[in-house]
Amino acid sequence: MQVEATIAARQNWMSVLARAPADALIRCLEDAPGLPSHARLRGPESGLIMVRGRTGGGGAPFNLGEMTVTRCTVRAGGRIGHAYVAGRDAAKTELAARLDAALQDPALHAALHRAVIAPLSGIEADRRTADARRAAATKVEFFTMATMRT
Amino acid sequence: MSLDLPGFAEPVGAAQATFRAVLDAMARPGRIRAAGAALRPPAPLDRATAALLLTLADADTPLWLTADCDLARDWIAFHCGAPFAADPARAAYAVAIGLPDLASFDAGSDDAPERSATLIVQVRGFDAGQMLHLAGPGLRAPATLSVDGLPPDFPESWARNHGLYPRGIDLILCAGAALVALPRSLAVERG
Repeated sequence: MQVEATIAARQNWMSVLARAPADALIRCLEDAPGLPSHARLRGPESGLIMVRGRTGGGGAPFNLGEMTVTRCTVRAGGRIGHAYVAGRDAAKTELAARLDAALQDPALHAALHRAVIAPLSGIEADRRTADARRAAATKVEFFTMATMRT
Repeated sequence: MSLDLPGFAEPVGAAQATFRAVLDAMARPGRIRAAGAALRPPAPLDRATAALLLTLADADTPLWLTADCDLARDWIAFHCGAPFAADPARAAYAVAIGLPDLASFDAGSDDAPERSATLIVQVRGFDAGQMLHLAGPGLRAPATLSVDGLPPDFPESWARNHGLYPRGIDLILCAGAALVALPRSLAVERG
């Protein structure tokens, strides 16, 4: 259970870092404790990944299209940090990988979480709410289809 | 953990240079080529072995390793993304320290001899040890090669592989940052 919780927490901060706008990420780091020095293990490098979806609810996998992704792996303070970020911003991807390594350090975790992850997930939540509100304004209720099914 | 070590510092150029070195080595059997000089590979891989894997192995090439290469498994999985084959007969590339049984690898078929496995064997060096006489395509005159780290009966096991031509496996010997290729078309005799 402990391991699963740790994995879920790491997935959460990696996802927040991957989605965060680069300028917001750099702004947050100004108030954060300094990151440990790092060595690059792989990348940052850009490439294409195939995004797959499913046709219908239970359909076979379907290649939706290719997407540009930048990935980076670094070693910092004896810990390994990974980042996969949409787009081709190598500097941001490297920063996200360094943060992933630093966030695994118990001595740095709390401060970094407060200074970086919390505000960035706030930005992300606001963006989602705004998107949801915009989408909700155009929502159409299909009354007839709902009644026909019963 | 072996994942702590980086791959090529400059992946595109370094992989192309290594590919060129293997190409030259295959075209001129027995000639020593340099590869991976700047690499810091995980134990027990030599620099040339690691450079070959970074250049040749990917998600489409099942890899078979001898048990003594286990320490490098994480590094190979991370940097090459190659799947590991449990059965040597299913491997596209095999890495071994010392010579494994050549007959256990896929020698290709008469229809598709190019599907055979390529064996990467780490030896101790090329300046001492067993003397081999080489002859075949790519060599204007018979050449000699000394290899330290191959078993004494290597010429006999190689003759069985050479006899399968056009089928058969290709062998690349690595030591430090040097490599030598022995393609299946090569006849090897004890020196």
